[in-house]
Amino acid sequence: MAKVVIDGVTYEVNPDNNLLQECLSQGLDLPYFCWHPCMGSVGACRQCAIKQYRDADDKNGMLVMACMTPATDGAIISIDDEQAKSFRASVIESLMISHPHDCPVCEEGGECHLQDMTLMSGHNYRRYDKKKVTHRNQYLGPFLNHEMNRCITCYRCVRYYDDYAGGTDLSAQASHHHVYFGRHEEGVLESEFSGNLVEVCPTGVFTDKAFSQHYSRKWDLQTAPSVCVGCSVGCNTAPGERYGTLRRIVNRYNNEVNGYFLCDRGRFGFDFVNNEGRLRDAVKQQGDTSQALSGEQVQSVINEFKTGKTIGIGSPRASNESNFALRALVGEDNFYAGYSDTEHEATQLILQLAKDKAFHSPSIREIEQADAIVILGEDVTNVAPRIALALRQSVRNKALELASNSRIPQWQDAAVRELAQHDRSPLSILSTYVSRLDDVASDRVVDTLQNLAGIAYAVANTIASQSPSSSDVPTEHASVIEKIAAQLQAAKRPLLIAGSTSGNLELIKAAANIARALQQQKSTAVDLCLLVPEVNSLGMGMLTTAENKLGRALAKLQDGSATQAIVLENDLYRRAPQATVDAALEKADKLLVLDQLGTATTAKADYVLPTTAFSEHEASYINYEGRAQLSFQVHRCHSGAMPAWSWLGAEQVDEFDALVNRCASEAKGFSNLSKILPDPASFIAGMKVPRQSHRYSGRTAMKANINVHEPKQAEDPGSVMSFSMEGIPAQKDADVLASSWAPGWNSNQSISKFQDEVNGELKQGHPGTLLITRETAAAGYFDPADSSVSPSANELQVSLAYQIFGSDELSAKSNSVQQRMTDAFIGLSPEDAQARELSQGDTVKLGTTESNAVVCIRTGIKSGSAVIYCGDGQVNPTELPQCIEITKSGEQNLLRGIEGLIVSDLLEEDY
Amino acid sequence: MDIAAYEASDGYQSLQAIAKGLSPDDVLQQVKDSGLKGRGGAGFPTGLKWSFVPRGGDAPKQKYLVVNADEMEPGTFKDRLLMEGDPHLLIEGMIIAAYTIQASKAYIFLRGEYIVSGQRLNRAISEAAARGYLGKNILGTGFDLDIVVHTSAGRYICGEETALLNALEGKRATPRAKPPFPQVSGLWGKPTIVNNVETICNLPGIITYGVDWYHGLTKGSDHGTKLFGVSGKVKTPGCWELPLGLPIRELFEGYAGGMQDGLELRGFLPGGGSTDFMLPEHLDVLLDYDAIAKVGSRLATGTMIILDNKTCPVGMVGNLMKFFAHESCGFCTPCRDGLPWVDEIFNEFESGRGSEKDLQILHDHVDYLGPGRTFCALAPGATAPLGSGLKHFKEDFDQHIKQKCCPYKH
Amino acid sequence: MSSSDVKMSNNVIASTATRPRKLSAEEIAEIEHEMTLYPDKRAVGLEALKIVQKYQGWVSDESLLGISRYLDIPASDLEGVATFFNLVYRQPVGKNVMLFCDSVSCWIMGCENIKQAIKDKLNIDYGETSKDGEFTLIPVPCLGDCDRAPVMMVGPDLHRNLTPAAIDKIILDYQNK
Repeated sequence: MAKVVIDGVTYEVNPDNNLLQECLSQGLDLPYFCWHPCMGSVGACRQCAIKQYRDADDKNGMLVMACMTPATDGAIISIDDEQAKSFRASVIESLMISHPHDCPVCEEGGECHLQDMTLMSGHNYRRYDKKKVTHRNQYLGPFLNHEMNRCITCYRCVRYYDDYAGGTDLSAQASHHHVYFGRHEEGVLESEFSGNLVEVCPTGVFTDKAFSQHYSRKWDLQTAPSVCVGCSVGCNTAPGERYGTLRRIVNRYNNEVNGYFLCDRGRFGFDFVNNEGRLRDAVKQQGDTSQALSGEQVQSVINEFKTGKTIGIGSPRASNESNFALRALVGEDNFYAGYSDTEHEATQLILQLAKDKAFHSPSIREIEQADAIVILGEDVTNVAPRIALALRQSVRNKALELASNSRIPQWQDAAVRELAQHDRSPLSILSTYVSRLDDVASDRVVDTLQNLAGIAYAVANTIASQSPSSSDVPTEHASVIEKIAAQLQAAKRPLLIAGSTSGNLELIKAAANIARALQQQKSTAVDLCLLVPEVNSLGMGMLTTAENKLGRALAKLQDGSATQAIVLENDLYRRAPQATVDAALEKADKLLVLDQLGTATTAKADYVLPTTAFSEHEASYINYEGRAQLSFQVHRCHSGAMPAWSWLGAEQVDEFDALVNRCASEAKGFSNLSKILPDPASFIAGMKVPRQSHRYSGRTAMKANINVHEPKQAEDPGSVMSFSMEGIPAQKDADVLASSWAPGWNSNQSISKFQDEVNGELKQGHPGTLLITRETAAAGYFDPADSSVSPSANELQVSLAYQIFGSDELSAKSNSVQQRMTDAFIGLSPEDAQARELSQGDTVKLGTTESNAVVCIRTGIKSGSAVIYCGDGQVNPTELPQCIEITKSGEQNLLRGIEGLIVSDLLEEDY
Repeated sequence: MDIAAYEASDGYQSLQAIAKGLSPDDVLQQVKDSGLKGRGGAGFPTGLKWSFVPRGGDAPKQKYLVVNADEMEPGTFKDRLLMEGDPHLLIEGMIIAAYTIQASKAYIFLRGEYIVSGQRLNRAISEAAARGYLGKNILGTGFDLDIVVHTSAGRYICGEETALLNALEGKRATPRAKPPFPQVSGLWGKPTIVNNVETICNLPGIITYGVDWYHGLTKGSDHGTKLFGVSGKVKTPGCWELPLGLPIRELFEGYAGGMQDGLELRGFLPGGGSTDFMLPEHLDVLLDYDAIAKVGSRLATGTMIILDNKTCPVGMVGNLMKFFAHESCGFCTPCRDGLPWVDEIFNEFESGRGSEKDLQILHDHVDYLGPGRTFCALAPGATAPLGSGLKHFKEDFDQHIKQKCCPYKH
Repeated sequence: MSSSDVKMSNNVIASTATRPRKLSAEEIAEIEHEMTLYPDKRAVGLEALKIVQKYQGWVSDESLLGISRYLDIPASDLEGVATFFNLVYRQPVGKNVMLFCDSVSCWIMGCENIKQAIKDKLNIDYGETSKDGEFTLIPVPCLGDCDRAPVMMVGPDLHRNLTPAAIDKIILDYQNK
């Protein structure tokens, strides 16, 4: 620690940081633009100027930029100095020269960092009376608007998009006061993390397109702390609702999980909540007719299912509470997994490894500390996107190390990047197709799944000879095996990434063997990150026994040993072959399906109960690390939908906490779940936390077009939050900090006021609880299974591909996401395509299935293999064999083609 | 001058000294002892600059020498003369500099418009390589050097050494933060020194004839000769190599012949567009770094721009402001957004719409764009003629306001 | 749910995009030579822009994409560089580019009269190309020949001590070339 005197007061600061960061950590107000808490300093905007004095006798001092000055011990500085204040006022005056001052019609207004800083810097009289510079805007795709006239040229957008997120299609252009930030020509911003520009831009240049069409002020949005349901990472979000529709999602800081950033699926994929096809009423279906059910009728239906031979099928996209409620209703023995049998097996294996002391499941913050990484078979960018963004930071650890050797502070962002050039920490990607992370990979191996597993086993064997080797090791990979093994052994914090989406258990086992081999050398738990595809894959997995596979459930229905089934928020036609599901459901006497949107499964149901979406109920989910997180209800649902657990009669709607506690005490492995509930003692005088801000407007009039009587505010007896403006905003418990605000800080930058230090924990402790305790003493190595696959002459070996926009069932129903989706495609090597006389964009029939896919010729696919992306339910992955023959089909009824597919290895036509 | 003629006049003799065992440290010491200061404008001691390059086993293997031949300072015309007239002098100097820091690769960052310079430098490089002065194992020393002439795509800011490095790397030429200095992390993150053409051209003399000879060239505190130029309405504008420490009057009246008939000296910028105005009363000040600094300006490039009494000082400053505003790279706020405002105000003065309020804004910008405020020295350079112009030619500004026009035009 | 209930999306990405131009053998040869001079291809990107301009007169969108594809450097990076530097032309220029020095020494020596002479003769201002496509007038920072001001370059040639009368002759010379 160092001591720094700021305006006469001595503060303890971290000398590794710069003065701006330390001033903010101390809670002081100092305006800035170009600095960002996780992108460091470049010194462009000059807004954070302060006075620095040589020593106590120096009365004049000199102006320095706080962001570019280290917080060295003994430094004497002043923020309040008149010269510094006047300089800062001049800076904001010139930044505002060409700003359009269109705040009243700007969607950023009211949460604009530029507004805040303008006020803070004391610019309130405009002297500039010459012409403003104006720009043309660009079409940037369905997610973002571009309004360059608002730009203050802080360079944050390109620093985030290019340097931090690895984007390649946004740049600073032109020079002097005509600097322009945009693409080389109009078109979709390609990065999967483009949406963060909305929050990175200090003003309204990049704004959320869907939100802009119908924007509300931040203070008019009803909001609550939520968790993204797009994948298994569980990023923390703050959704905002107005007039009964969900308007947008912004990031909610959690220093362990998502930090400041979300992926575009998470940010833009919420719109299914507003989908016109949402199920609204409880109905009984018979043939083509459906008949609404009253509450009592539903009750008696549920009672019918309580008796008799009923099975329940859970859902990896439903909460712990709903899955638990179903399990409680049908009994643990009759509760079955709601995903494919392969995935069940993989998830059970992952859960078994999660209890092993040899491993540690790293949070995103910890992933960013890794200095040697191996990815086995997972397409991280498309399966757990936020982790891909984290890995782009991990590979920079080499740069930070070089910088520290050259005594360049880590926050000197441009200098660190310049010094390191292309030097990165090793990242090896073993996959069946070229991924979107390959640009930062040190090694990439594209091969079949079993060959990849063979390589991985060999790496483990190279590190520790006790770890068994497999026979599937192509000799061409010998050197890469040696290299990866050496890199992992040399690393301070190696990281292995595998998971269930590759569909290959061997890769998970081989990853575990590598991690175990490393653990035995290093004697500390090794980071083993095992990915699962859905928000609660792990939670549902923990509630399901190993034997209770979906296949078994369907078999029981077919053989009559079960006659009634309840399906929780799940489309079984995505989880098992169509014929199997058809056969089982036809045999069932009674089928009850609960869901948010209609699916092929709800179409078959005798009873359909509409359930609330993620923003309409309180729920907990367990992410890939085993972290349980609480997601609050944001707004009320105005249809007949209820949380599934409430339909299932587990508890009353207002007894969520009781249900969590029951789950914690009854379900094995969930004993820590209660810890996610906010501590009632932390609420002042039992006051609730308002979901509406103090400034929430129009409450008495917003529904006047329907009824002039002011409606009573909805009550929320079961929650610590209220659907009103009254109460005490959460300052005491970070679990209920949805949207940060501090005096003078209306934008998201106010978060620094809630952190114990910049980039630190929220002052009130970090949200989320790790549920799984590691107790197993080191188990042994896995033996490689004999998994040889031998395709016949015309066959291709199949592996699955994923897409950030489309692979997730719910976000695929969102309007803007749909504009980025492609059809199901089959990735082929140029040789295989040529041999079959197929060209880019042709449609082929997949083997003996009824499904078609668009031909996508990619240079990064090994010949002899086919990589199939299933689209939004267009291809049923469980129907695909390991090896497949394809035939050109006349079928042209696919919707979108593959135009707009963003991969680096698409075979380009000659030009 | 071709290589034979150059060699005949002691050219490449310094390399023989190196071949005979002069070590890099010896050369560094001689350059330090010579007191040579950078001739690009900043006047930083060259030996000291070089000494920051990491040496020894832990130092990065690859190092670079970069010659700043991006002469673009308004009113500056000296490096062109050297490169067109005596390209081998630069090549020899570069070999010495590169040898000292053990850089195996050197780039000459040449203005794109200097086409003749480029041709002559490339020819000189081939000639030198043919003689074994460049390439592998130069004169048996084990030292390798390749020189590449890189032509700039054109931006004044490339004269700033770190912006130049970015340009050389094919990036937007915005300056880099210092520290880290290029000597530690320069071109492609490797230790690099960037020196001006004229600075490098001083080296062969220092090594060939020795430090004492070099010191003997001058009487004052600064050592060596320098190219001095005079442009504007003088009788014989031109550029001359003269020892440092001469009185300005000798250059102005002796070499440049004084003002053209019928004109009087109103003031002058002593070293290019980024220096403060000096006045006729300063003609007896000596042409060295300290003496000129004492009267509030800078020797900088040593090329004087003369303002006569029939030329509008407001217009002259305005011309410079337009230049600086246009050449701002656009990276930091005061320079990017402040200079265009200043430029706009000069347009107003030019067209007779200047006001007291505008004048106040100009004064404010002198402070706002001053040293330490901006990311690099471009805008502070602009404030030199602006601030001194506002001070020395106040009545001209006032007349523009009062007469609602430029009094020199009407 | 099958995807048949999903509305047709509006993919406009590829259809409106500019097609890259295949670089000529000469351009490629020069670019490849530059590759030997710099350790990082990013540096060659800027060189390639200049090379293409040498052959094509300017850098069109198609050429920019051609370079982007040839060197595998993002087009937006190239655009950022191309638009930064004064001597990379992203718009068509005339056969002869007049780089007109209007910096301080030339200004003192009356370059405004020279500029007027050019304007009278060719009817072009800064950034404009004469109707016959022969000349484009572009201001340039100090050309470093201040003792012979006013000066300008036409193509590769430097013209010194300009007078309005000299302009007529210079223009004629190039028109007759």
